[in-house]
Amino acid sequence: MSRPMGDSHKRFLQTLMSNGIISSIQAKALHRHCCETHGAHYSADRLDEFIDVINANLQPMFMYIRKGMSEEDGVQYYALVNTAETDITRMSSDYADNELELFRKTMDLIVDSENGAASSTDVLNCADSLQTKKMKKKETELVLNKFVQDKWLNEKQGVYTLSTRCIIEMEQYMRLIYQDLIKVCHVCHNVAIQSQICENPTCGIQMHLPCVAIYFKGRSDPLCPACNQFWAHEIPVVTCTLSRPPEANGEAEL
Amino acid sequence: MSQRKRVAHAGSQNRVPRVSRQVVLDEDDDGDASYTQPTSSQVQKARENYTPVQVDRKVAEVVQFILIKDQKKIPIRRTDIVKHVIKEYKALYQDIMKRADRIFEQVFGLKLVEIDAKNHIYILINKLQPVPGEPISMCPGNPKTGLLFVILSVIFMKGGTVKENVVWNTLKKLRVDVGEKHEEFGDVKKVVTEEFVRQKYLEYLRIPHTEPLEHEFRWGQRAEKEVSKMKVLEFVGELHSQEPQSWTQQYREATSGESSQR
Ligand SMILES: [Zn+2]
Ligand SMILES: [Zn+2]
Repeated sequence: MSRPMGDSHKRFLQTLMSNGIISSIQAKALHRHCCETHGAHYSADRLDEFIDVINANLQPMFMYIRKGMSEEDGVQYYALVNTAETDITRMSSDYADNELELFRKTMDLIVDSENGAASSTDVLNCADSLQTKKMKKKETELVLNKFVQDKWLNEKQGVYTLSTRCIIEMEQYMRLIYQDLIKVCHVCHNVAIQSQICENPTCGIQMHLPCVAIYFKGRSDPLCPACNQFWAHEIPVVTCTLSRPPEANGEAEL
Repeated sequence: MSQRKRVAHAGSQNRVPRVSRQVVLDEDDDGDASYTQPTSSQVQKARENYTPVQVDRKVAEVVQFILIKDQKKIPIRRTDIVKHVIKEYKALYQDIMKRADRIFEQVFGLKLVEIDAKNHIYILINKLQPVPGEPISMCPGNPKTGLLFVILSVIFMKGGTVKENVVWNTLKKLRVDVGEKHEEFGDVKKVVTEEFVRQKYLEYLRIPHTEPLEHEFRWGQRAEKEVSKMKVLEFVGELHSQEPQSWTQQYREATSGESSQR
């Protein structure tokens, strides 16, 4: 039998569930807060073990807390995944049928695209052809806003991408629906939607932008890690969020 | 490419009906699956009929079903649980619910409470109160919580029942006008008299023999189970810079509530 959960674990789980997704920095602060609130033993480097206890107890419910990476800045996040679901039922209590259909169509557009993004024009166009119930332009914009607010999509200057939450929670669904359209990152082995693709047609591996940044950091000649040919893309710069020191300092204080 | 795309589309199409079934759960009820107490031999037979793995799976489905409902604070009816999840495992209803209940308590820190014993309606209440200094809120994105807390405070301080005008006047002082559309809450009257009532935080009752018609508010069952009266009193005390003890009657009620609540 798995180790029983204390109130600290339950509080952590509840907070994660009501927030949908939390960053690893938030998770660390929350871990500490939960342990202190319930007088449980706290040790900063035991977050993974703390989550393992929760996961062992969630397993009979076909759920678990999963870590994933933001495709944009490489920051780690935690979300609750349902392994029994092969559908987007996770969203069904919050959205109407035609809104769910719009979400699926948007996902289709993003997965089919080269760069893992869909323009708002394309999304608005497909709202015209919804089978469940057509949506007017204004209405579509409101629904898309709601997807962004609820952290299922990201939006930047009229371009939509799949959010980290969406990728963590719906990976299983996406693999089932899109099958081999879904590729994994050569570096971190997670699903890669927004990524760079090796130009060598016989290779074609994919890497997330933050993974590209880390992989080629300090290397003068960017060569594909799989086929050794020149990596013909602009190499993104490692952003400050990827450097670890601040977190390490926090732990050292204790 | 087009081949693969077809797989994708056929797949997503197939799945639409399943989702729509989920969505209509709230409205439909034709009493089809109405639950009748099984005989002990029926229970025995069902226990033999299904493997432990099958029953485990049902328990997990029930837990997930109730968690999804709870996200919107919708009370859950036994008929819905039976009709949409338990189905042919009906004879094992008691077994399954007992286990689901234990999971809510041991894993999620929640408690399944029957608020209507006649129609068998349940709500999930939280056994862990939000505490100060949370790095991330336990109930995020719900500015209405503050509104609710103010109304519960007014009711509690006025002895448990207040006329609706008292509530509207208090809110007006806080610049929330029921007559106008509020930018955060929208239609305030609707939120208070419908949403909070449906979620069982408030009761909104007609006062008999009033002309024109008047209503009064009381705490709803969810509030009674979930909200600490001491927290309310501390909140009011802070507003007035007074010790909670200075309201003798309320203080007595709050302290006796604390011991009976948990
Ligand atoms: Zn990667
Ligand atoms: Zn290559």
